[in-house]
Amino acid sequence: MGERIIELRDIKKSYGQVYALGGVNLSVDRGEVVGLIGDNGAGKSTLIKILSGVVKPTSGEILVRGKPVSGWSAARSRDAGIETVFQDRALAVQQTIVRNIFMGRELTSWMGWLKVNKEIEEASRLMREIGFTSKVFTPHSIVGQLSGGERQGVAIARAIYKQAELIILDEPTTALSLTETAKVFHFVRQVRASGRSILFIGHNIHHVFDIADRFVVLDRGKVALTADRSQIKSAEDLINFMEDVAHPGGLPGLHEAGEAEQGAR
Amino acid sequence: MSKAMEPDLQSPLGRTSGQAGKEWSHPSDHWLRGFVIDNRAALGTLGVFIFMMAVFIIANPTVFTTWYLYSSVLTTLPVALFVVVPLVFVVTCDEIDLSFPATMGFASWVFALVVQAGYDPFLGIAAALVTGTLLGFLVGSLVVYGGLSSLIATLGMNFLLRGLIQIINEGRSMALTGLADSSAYKIFSSQLWGIPVQVFWAIAFVVFSALLYNRHRFGAQVRAVGDNPDSAKQMGIDVKRVKVKVFVFTGIGAAIAGTFSVMINFTWWPTAGDGYLLPVLASVFVGGTPTWGGIGTVVGGAIGAVTVSFIQTGVVAAGLSGFYVQFFNGLIIILSLLGHKWNQARYR
Repeated sequence: MGERIIELRDIKKSYGQVYALGGVNLSVDRGEVVGLIGDNGAGKSTLIKILSGVVKPTSGEILVRGKPVSGWSAARSRDAGIETVFQDRALAVQQTIVRNIFMGRELTSWMGWLKVNKEIEEASRLMREIGFTSKVFTPHSIVGQLSGGERQGVAIARAIYKQAELIILDEPTTALSLTETAKVFHFVRQVRASGRSILFIGHNIHHVFDIADRFVVLDRGKVALTADRSQIKSAEDLINFMEDVAHPGGLPGLHEAGEAEQGAR
Repeated sequence: MSKAMEPDLQSPLGRTSGQAGKEWSHPSDHWLRGFVIDNRAALGTLGVFIFMMAVFIIANPTVFTTWYLYSSVLTTLPVALFVVVPLVFVVTCDEIDLSFPATMGFASWVFALVVQAGYDPFLGIAAALVTGTLLGFLVGSLVVYGGLSSLIATLGMNFLLRGLIQIINEGRSMALTGLADSSAYKIFSSQLWGIPVQVFWAIAFVVFSALLYNRHRFGAQVRAVGDNPDSAKQMGIDVKRVKVKVFVFTGIGAAIAGTFSVMINFTWWPTAGDGYLLPVLASVFVGGTPTWGGIGTVVGGAIGAVTVSFIQTGVVAAGLSGFYVQFFNGLIIILSLLGHKWNQARYR
């Protein structure tokens, strides 16, 4: 097992009276793909925002490489090597791949003139690193001409620039076809092979099951399950478990749901 | 002239370097093909221009060999170029600036005041540039930080600033006869090899701005902001700052344009700059910069300005009456818009 990149201990987050997260423990080691699964409203997006430093937890501890961090912020998160690829991918689709990769952090020389060759070289290196090789596209290709999976690749390549160690992918395969999903998985495996870690968030259990080394199931602000790939035989096991968590006792009813909610507090 | 403005500005350098690695190269990725694809908007505009000139020449082959025809175009065209080019940046940023005619008038007014007070014209130019910068900053801040629609707010500012000029000057113009002997006039407004020297300054401005647009962080951020402001913000670009900067750039361009127009005529009128509003806007869009933001072409905008300024001269030279000018203006605008629509796709 590799070095522990980040660890969250007993993270709680409340918005007024409402608990979004009620004591979450989560860790990501070097070179592993952690699949974070949870229904809508389970607290996935709050957790991502806390990891990327956009939102501050109400209580709890954050450890980077084993050391507790105080004053967690977006800048601290970036310094710790955490990059988030948000669901909308934040791409400018009429610009080239190069311009998207270096958006907001253009490589410049004297007086802000672009180092065009250096940017192209770096972009090609990043794209090769994640296994985005194409006979059709060049770093000058307009992102709007790429398919959904390929666009995700551009976003991932952008995220691994600047020695990112943990890449958070927020629903990267939502609204993608099977072939496009396969492309994204290919990029994810390449990133893992390069020794980086990935937190893969999704609500399609099949997608997450195919790619993750470890699963974390989030339910109503709490971690309902943490399991290694070896402990789970099939995606169906995971689905059954999720259903059990969502509807304890087999049948969904107001009574049980109320109890579970109390439990969450 | 368009040849001189057409160097390999938009085609990325890396294509020739071959460092990109084997995987990236495509068998049909010939440099010429890449050049055509990268510059198709500008080349389309060039096509419109050549077509238009061909029609005029067929109508009257003799008149286009007379030099005076070109010289009259070359006196006014440079003035327009100094505002067309910054407007390409503004439109790329998904904004519009209709206040530049008043800024032209205002900045050149300051220039005229300084010169009339007996100071060196260079000081006047500096004062005009400062005025243009400040007015650009004012207009930009109003739009960006005031959260106003740039279409309406800049229209309002155009009336407001022009109104101020009118109130204070009460219609009086200023004659600056002393300019002709100054060294500033020799540098900026005399003739070189029979060509008005401001043409060379305008070409230099276009080349510099094209590099700024395609090869500078400012241009890259302007395109990113115009393309997707939310993404740009997420990637750490200060969207508001970039937007204010394009308005400041327009203010500076308008100040230069206004100063040139005064130096050419030796006179400042309270209406200075007014006539440029519609031709300049037409030039930007005839040039192939689309209205939706994110992309644009500086060289195309310059060729668009050449096209628009040749319409009037061309119509008269071809033996038609002046009543045809507006009709041809409209025809060229509509035809080039149709051409660009066919020529460039909008990606979402």
